Amino acid sequence: MSGPVEFCGLRLAHRVINGSGTFDAIAAWRVFGAALTRHFPFSAYVSKTITLEPRAGNPPPRLWEAPGGMINSIGLPNKGLAGYLEEDLPQLCELLAEAGTAGHGSGEGDDPASVPLITNVMGSTGKQLAQLVAACDERAEIAAIELNVSCPNVETGLDIGADPAQLEQVVLACRERTGKPLIVKLTPNTADVPACAQAAESAGADAVSLINTLRAMALGPDGDVWLGGGTGGLSGPAIRTVALAQVAAVARRVSVPVVGMGGVQRAAHARDLIDVGASLVAVGSESFRDPTVAGRIAHELAA
Amino acid sequence: MSDWSAAPAPLQRRLLTVLGVEELGAYRVLRVADVDTPEPRPGQFAMLAAAERWGGGEDERPYLARAFSVARRRVGESHFLLEDVGPGTRRLCELEEGEGLWSLGPLGRGFEPPSERRRAILVGGGVGIAPLAILQDALEAEAEREVTVLLGFRDGARAQGAALLRGARVATDDGSVGHHGLLTELLAEEIDRDPRAVVYACGPAPMLEAVRAMCADRAVPAQLALEAGMACGFGACFGCAVPKRGGGYLRVCLDGPVLDAEQLEYVDAHAGAPA
Repeated sequence: MSGPVEFCGLRLAHRVINGSGTFDAIAAWRVFGAALTRHFPFSAYVSKTITLEPRAGNPPPRLWEAPGGMINSIGLPNKGLAGYLEEDLPQLCELLAEAGTAGHGSGEGDDPASVPLITNVMGSTGKQLAQLVAACDERAEIAAIELNVSCPNVETGLDIGADPAQLEQVVLACRERTGKPLIVKLTPNTADVPACAQAAESAGADAVSLINTLRAMALGPDGDVWLGGGTGGLSGPAIRTVALAQVAAVARRVSVPVVGMGGVQRAAHARDLIDVGASLVAVGSESFRDPTVAGRIAHELAA
Repeated sequence: MSDWSAAPAPLQRRLLTVLGVEELGAYRVLRVADVDTPEPRPGQFAMLAAAERWGGGEDERPYLARAFSVARRRVGESHFLLEDVGPGTRRLCELEEGEGLWSLGPLGRGFEPPSERRRAILVGGGVGIAPLAILQDALEAEAEREVTVLLGFRDGARAQGAALLRGARVATDDGSVGHHGLLTELLAEEIDRDPRAVVYACGPAPMLEAVRAMCADRAVPAQLALEAGMACGFGACFGCAVPKRGGGYLRVCLDGPVLDAEQLEYVDAHAGAPA
């Protein structure tokens, strides 16, 4: 079931990557040192979401433990596009090259050793997203671009990814700005996810990824809204069956590769997603509990 | 013994064996066999989860591992101080000898030793006294180091936790043990007696904020060990953010848990932990 795979023209050592925003490789490198690159768990590394301007993130509290999972309201803290390109990108390239040298990289291409970098970007208008895509397109170190469309469009008030027609326009605008593989990270918080996947495909997306977190909220012990951001996103085993249903429905509808994720804790869960049509599987919240779990899942898939 | 340098944490969580859980008033001391750990620096922490029955408790929790300061090291053992305040801490309190415990760590930035021969005042509140025990061990292993310990608790049952450290002056909210009143009243006396002292504090956010404000007023250097809800402990989740002086946030797991008081304009009380 695993071993090297091709995904959107990229050669990957195996089928397991990370969900955006669930693994800060630069922070982990500081904490774990060279062991991280020696045992790098992912066959491609997806950055956290990058926006045009820096963001501090939401006020605390940012976490709530839910039945069988967690709700996060982090608010996409990041250094902004310029900060990402100047500060984070060189460090990511260095660590992904080391991980590649240790045998976790792709086998071919311009930089045969590196673990490919997928940069995730988000904007609140199609124009902003296209601008971010264009900037990423200029950087050879970035292998592919993932669009986070789970963000309200400031012009329409609708989540960009929640409406097929709006999503198609946005992906078209981004498609024009890059020849790199373009992955659309679908939102699960909409009525017809397969229709959104189809819209992304017809606008030229090379792949779709799902599911993002499910919108959720929690009241604290005093009955007040707990999270600083008001609502947050539910992840973990609690959403695994929802993810399986959505991945299956999307894989039936589109012919581009699907990256499946949601509540994956073990190889069996990854296999389920692959069985219903996912080409790659992403691990998210489970890496919080065990930073090496994705590597173990990849190993078990290959066995 | 007093090694202040921190090695990289092992990437793999380690399966440790529980040696025992002992009562200490309202608290429990969890002892685990822990032989091949990099020596934790005082103030560092580990993410703990029971190997079995982690989940399926109240509200189908716990799910995430829980962050605990290392309270003490003995040859081949690590000790953690627990208080049953939710499904995760409850499960840890119920551990029995021979059960397995997942541990990822030691993580985070620990305490820095005082410069020169300045007196160290250790100020702890509630279950937050834990990292001060291993700190006291390290400081007292140094020659000619004077250490003063001030601990505050809500009531008499919790005040029994003071036995974790040596020679503590105790304050309780209900007056059942020691000074009837605030811990900061004892701290003020000590600082007035020796304005060149340095302060190390850990406890609930309102106590830490009172310590921070007092030390800032009197120009006494203070290192504060913060608690915050976190999913991972190694910088991945961004859940443990606390506001930093001048805007933006620090990650308690990565930039702390020990922060210099000057890094904060105030100690935020919103970073509640999954219990």
